[in-house]
Amino acid sequence: MKEFTFTVTDPVGIHARPAGLLVKEAKNYASAVTVKKDDKSCDMKKLLALMGMGVKQGETITVCVEGADEDAAAEALEKYLKENF
Amino acid sequence: MQVGTGTSVLNRIAIGKIRIFKPKEYNISEETVADPIPELDRFEKARVKVQEEQRELYDKAVIAAGEETAAIFEFHADMLDDDDLLDSVKSIIVEQNHTAEYAVRQGFANMAQMFSDMDDPYFQARSADVLDVGNSMLDVLFGYDTKADDKDEPCILVAEDLAPSETVKLDKSLLLGMITREGSTNSHTAILARSMNVPALIQCKQIDESWDGKTAILDGYNACVYVDPTEDLLKSLKEKQAEDIRKESLLLDLKGKSNTTIDGKTIKVYANIGGPDDMGAVQANDAEGIGLFRSEFVYLNSPSDPSEETQFQAYKRVVETMAPKLVVIRTCDIGADKTIDYMKLAQEENPALGYRAVRICLTRKDFFKRQLRAILRASAFGNLAVMFPMITSVREVRECKEILNECRRELENEGVKIGKLQVGIMIETPAAVMCADELAEEVEFFSLGTNDLTQYTCAIDRQNAMLDPFMDTHHPAVLKEIQMTIEAGHRHGCWVGICGELGADLTLTETFLRMGVDELSVNASSVLPLRKQIRSIDLSK
Repeated sequence: MKEFTFTVTDPVGIHARPAGLLVKEAKNYASAVTVKKDDKSCDMKKLLALMGMGVKQGETITVCVEGADEDAAAEALEKYLKENF
Repeated sequence: MQVGTGTSVLNRIAIGKIRIFKPKEYNISEETVADPIPELDRFEKARVKVQEEQRELYDKAVIAAGEETAAIFEFHADMLDDDDLLDSVKSIIVEQNHTAEYAVRQGFANMAQMFSDMDDPYFQARSADVLDVGNSMLDVLFGYDTKADDKDEPCILVAEDLAPSETVKLDKSLLLGMITREGSTNSHTAILARSMNVPALIQCKQIDESWDGKTAILDGYNACVYVDPTEDLLKSLKEKQAEDIRKESLLLDLKGKSNTTIDGKTIKVYANIGGPDDMGAVQANDAEGIGLFRSEFVYLNSPSDPSEETQFQAYKRVVETMAPKLVVIRTCDIGADKTIDYMKLAQEENPALGYRAVRICLTRKDFFKRQLRAILRASAFGNLAVMFPMITSVREVRECKEILNECRRELENEGVKIGKLQVGIMIETPAAVMCADELAEEVEFFSLGTNDLTQYTCAIDRQNAMLDPFMDTHHPAVLKEIQMTIEAGHRHGCWVGICGELGADLTLTETFLRMGVDELSVNASSVLPLRKQIRSIDLSK
């Protein structure tokens, strides 16, 4: 399992359209991708659940990737988050 | 006459007949069905159709309102791929033997509830998006015509609330304005209205069915609507509307044109900004670049000393948006009059002559380096320049450049990509004017900060209203200093601009052009009036 944390700098947080692109990015990989914030967690491949986390600017999320392609997936998702949020 | 008040979305005036927009009604049967399979099939077909429709709306909105606004329809389309939502609708069909219509209404309402229960207004407003997509699904299931129902006459639309897809389907040429009882400034109706340049009044609680067909004035400036207005009011607001239209035609005439005098001299007209939020106005007013990006906002908007990364992201956003146009970032100009708690600056007797700008930066080197590293990193993403404020001596400029080079070497060793970065200084002290020749050998450009230059030259505190009778904004000493600075800059191959308030003073434009100024940087709203002025000047006369 691979795990990393990320702090959102985007002023609106993890919002509609970029969230959609993030979900698509996650769906490119076979690994299960879980997003955790405080005591809540969700599947990164589910758009509405991800938005339902209400991740705002300055908040930190933990992303866990587990599966055959977890190394590649974790690297790509971390890069995507840094570039877009 | 009746008056309604609310929150205005756009400073414009609309005058015309009111049309009340009524949402469609859905009569949904509560009865169960024996075989859920055909219902699942109808649901799936509707889902595919609505997803296609939302993608078409996206294309339509890109043209009508731009990429950023249109993005919401992409979100709508993506929503119809969401497993949680689809599974909940399907399970209502399969487990409870309900119709597709019933399941859609229920499933989407539950999801919308999740968003409206959230704390953050942005996420709360997304519940309207979920309901909007749900209604589009119902339209298809009921076989309703999904094209907008437009009447032929242009009108001011009045509704309880408008969903984004309803708003974008409206024929813009027939839409004078929008008034809704609900909606927030975060709602897409408001955002679309803004980008479609249509005035809108939201949260107008006085809306009444009896308004239908009556003449009304929607006054976006005063956030109100006058139904059956008096003749006098109609006349005065028609004049105001005509003035707005004149201004807009000025914009249309001048957009994309160069800042060239009749006899063929061209200069640059740039915009001053206080942060990334001003970018919209910069682009709307067609500025050729950013001549002064006040970086203070990154410090003022932050509860603690902002990190290199935070600054980098903010600078990168502006540089990337403007590329390949030039962006000039002025380094931290915090002073004893603009104190920030975490900076822990001491109270001073005479703050304007005190510990501010590069004087802080040169004594707090780590603080300065964070900003310079962020700027150097952002330089890889466009056309960037850095400008040091409050310079009084060659020594200060050399020290600033030395620290900049130190940051550059560090980043190179770390393997970080750096682009080309012009280096310049503000000329805003009489000392800098007197040393302009020596300073010009150190840098690539000068930008005259006329506000401080006037205050320091005339020894007049700008903040003190008692001194107004002694203040001459066109003081010959200041004009002479501007002339000296331009000449000294040009002797050493520097370009010279003006970024203070005098730059936007149209009565001085010809004087500055004759002095040989290369660039004027003004507030975004002054860019086009200034362009108009330059294009009317003939220097050969």
